[in-house]
Amino acid sequence: MAQKKVKLTIDGQKVEAKPGDMILWAALDSDIFIPNLCAIKEKEHPQTGCRLCFVEIEGRDKPVTACSEPVAEGMVVTTDSERIDRIRHTAFELLMSNHNVDCANCSKNKSCALQDISAKLKFKLKSKRLPSIVRMLPIDDSHPLFTYDPNKCVLCGKCVWACEKMGAGELQFAFRGIDTVISTLGGVPLVDSECKGCLDCVSVCPVGALVPHKT
Amino acid sequence: MDFPKIKSEAVADWERFRNNQKTHILVGTATCGRAAGAIDVLDTLMQKIEQRGIDAEIAQVGCMGHCYAEPLVIISKPGSPAIIYGYVTTGMASVLVDNCLLKDDPCLEFALGALEENELIPTIYDMPRFEYENRLILRNCGDIDPQNINHYIVNGGYAALESIFKMTQEDVIDQIKKSGLRGRGGGGFSTGQKWEITKNAGGKSTYVICNADEGDPGAFMDRAVLESDPHSVIEGMIIAAYAVGAAQGYVYVRAEYPLAVETVQHAIDQAKDMGFLGQSIMGSKFNFEIEVFRGSGAFVCGEETALIASIEGKRGMPHNRPPYPATEGLFGMPTVVNNVKTFATVPLIIENGADWFSAIGTESSKGTAVFALAGKVVNTGLVEVPMGTTLRNVINDVGGGVPHHKKFKAVQIGGPSGGCLPESALDLPVDFDSLKEAGAIFGSGGMVVLDEDNCMVEAARYFLDFTQKESCGKCTMCRLGTKHMLDMLQEIVNGNGKMEYLELLTDLAEDIEEGSLCALGKTAPNPVLTTLRYFHDEYEAHIIEKRCPALQCKNLIAYYILPDKCERSCDACVGVCTAEAIFSGKKRIKVVDQDKCVKCDTCVAACPPEYNAIIRMSPASSVPETEKRPEKAKK
Repeated sequence: MAQKKVKLTIDGQKVEAKPGDMILWAALDSDIFIPNLCAIKEKEHPQTGCRLCFVEIEGRDKPVTACSEPVAEGMVVTTDSERIDRIRHTAFELLMSNHNVDCANCSKNKSCALQDISAKLKFKLKSKRLPSIVRMLPIDDSHPLFTYDPNKCVLCGKCVWACEKMGAGELQFAFRGIDTVISTLGGVPLVDSECKGCLDCVSVCPVGALVPHKT
Repeated sequence: MDFPKIKSEAVADWERFRNNQKTHILVGTATCGRAAGAIDVLDTLMQKIEQRGIDAEIAQVGCMGHCYAEPLVIISKPGSPAIIYGYVTTGMASVLVDNCLLKDDPCLEFALGALEENELIPTIYDMPRFEYENRLILRNCGDIDPQNINHYIVNGGYAALESIFKMTQEDVIDQIKKSGLRGRGGGGFSTGQKWEITKNAGGKSTYVICNADEGDPGAFMDRAVLESDPHSVIEGMIIAAYAVGAAQGYVYVRAEYPLAVETVQHAIDQAKDMGFLGQSIMGSKFNFEIEVFRGSGAFVCGEETALIASIEGKRGMPHNRPPYPATEGLFGMPTVVNNVKTFATVPLIIENGADWFSAIGTESSKGTAVFALAGKVVNTGLVEVPMGTTLRNVINDVGGGVPHHKKFKAVQIGGPSGGCLPESALDLPVDFDSLKEAGAIFGSGGMVVLDEDNCMVEAARYFLDFTQKESCGKCTMCRLGTKHMLDMLQEIVNGNGKMEYLELLTDLAEDIEEGSLCALGKTAPNPVLTTLRYFHDEYEAHIIEKRCPALQCKNLIAYYILPDKCERSCDACVGVCTAEAIFSGKKRIKVVDQDKCVKCDTCVAACPPEYNAIIRMSPASSVPETEKRPEKAKK
């Protein structure tokens, strides 16, 4: 028996979604843009880390993240309001302040999620009010197939999920606070890790942090 | 073994320990006592007693709450009142044995007070603090030997557990709900409701977790309870487990609390031997086990979803709520997570009834609050007062106020996620809701008092530095937002701040509050927001005048030796200055070479109090012109 679809309204548009689906996917499937970096549809528990996909739901006091909020019958969702714009703009500025903005020399240029959000929401890539705090950490280009540049990483955790899913689990979050990075076990160079070179991590990376070597 | 029999044996054991025919000595050997030298005192007492051939019983008890006066020793001799001695050294311990035990001199010069009415000296209950204190959670702390389960049983322990088997699960939950008990970990969620949700979540298995990952700087309430009265927590956990139908429980305690870990493990083993834990508890059909899980020092693991991830063997990172642990917690199963003090309260409610409990406290916050008083306050230590007691009563009457005739400036409540409240907020009643309104949070109970020598910008910077370092890094707001705020605060205390920072700090703080994933991030800006709200003038002084009003920020102060106060022939400051920044000028008056001074503050401490010639001045440029160090004559 086919599951009955849930009907909801997003930005005035009538939308149908499977019960249990998150608002984010219902919106994206209907071509309604909600910025996001860390969301993975197949992932059991949403990461909710990037803090970009805030939406407002009628009857709720506070904005919620669309990636973690299931759809409900009759729900009225707004993806663009002053309040939402303020939080996600701050989140975007924060991410960009710790991102080595070097689009001209980046192989992700024109296919980067940050550029996409910037263009769609008219957010500047370089923040006016926040100084850059990029620490220019060493780039790991030891692996024959791909490079990891921590200075471009937004810590969305997609690579961690991808690596775990394919059974390697080589990549993990390490350290705390501003020092948090994606690391191999013991921080060894990628080439010395147990990486099988499946490149799943590269394919899920939304930014220029994990990219194949230029050929 | 049936409970009446266990109880009568416990009574016999207690009487052996506390009978009036024999001298008995109690030494407080919780972590607070040990840090002050209680183990040496204990050793001295034992050796001396053996040497002198005195018939006395020595026992180790937990924290009595008077941590300021540690090590503490209680002596009760047949025929004289029990007396509590404070600040005991090994030397004093010897004197106590020789004069008090061997002879009949009660050594009143070392005494803090008696524990019972007598004609010799006032009791400690005559202290003003006891007018406000109501020790429920701390009921046994410092009175019983935490290693001895009989001591807990004699004082009413495990009676509540015995009685619940006549109740249904719903009855137990109803009692807790009716009592109005709210979670003591800081959130203040209704405990009964949490249990009800967990019970009704209907998982294959259900868990009970005691959150003892106390990580706030300056907080030590949970440690003291675990070290001093572990069975109260265990009994509370068993009752919770019965109510929600859990078979497995965990005590998640920081590995940095080795004594608490050991004490709780010992208590669990004892409870198991007595049949309070394990299979068919007290002859019922109910089975429950408790395991101690040691946290490895991540502050964020005090957040319940991160704590659960940690037990599951994952990195301690919070996840989005909902799902709440009550419905989907440990290993995806319904889980009750409560604080140490919440569990310690539960047996009392079962025993004395919900109405008894709800009569204590305020309309919305029932029962008592335990605070760890620390910082610039006379009576540092543990305090337990009914909810609704004012901050002024807690700090001035129970805590004895600010020492050294200094002026009170602020109280930092709720740890790094709490707020700094000024003098004008001192008449606030302590409960969950009024503290929140003032910009602080109830938190788990840390209360750090700051005086006029504390810079509030530096205080905010300190706490934000802590939360930034302890941020798990998962969410953008907390990881990067607190970093930008911290950088700005650092600039301000360095004297490089700009006025526009204040607006940006507020804006970022609001966005971090609204946009963070977990409570750590959501509350991290509190110290900044409250200091901006109540101590705005200090921020302005730092930025505009480059002046630190508390004379604390190193970059904004300079040291100056008052020529008319300097004794001249005294070289104390010159001797201690490792930077060789102080020299003898004309007429041997000492002068600070500002280019060389590293502002270590050692000279101020070295200058004899009768001269008090060295002062700190801010802004640094306000120091009067002094003579220059004479160039060394070339040989």
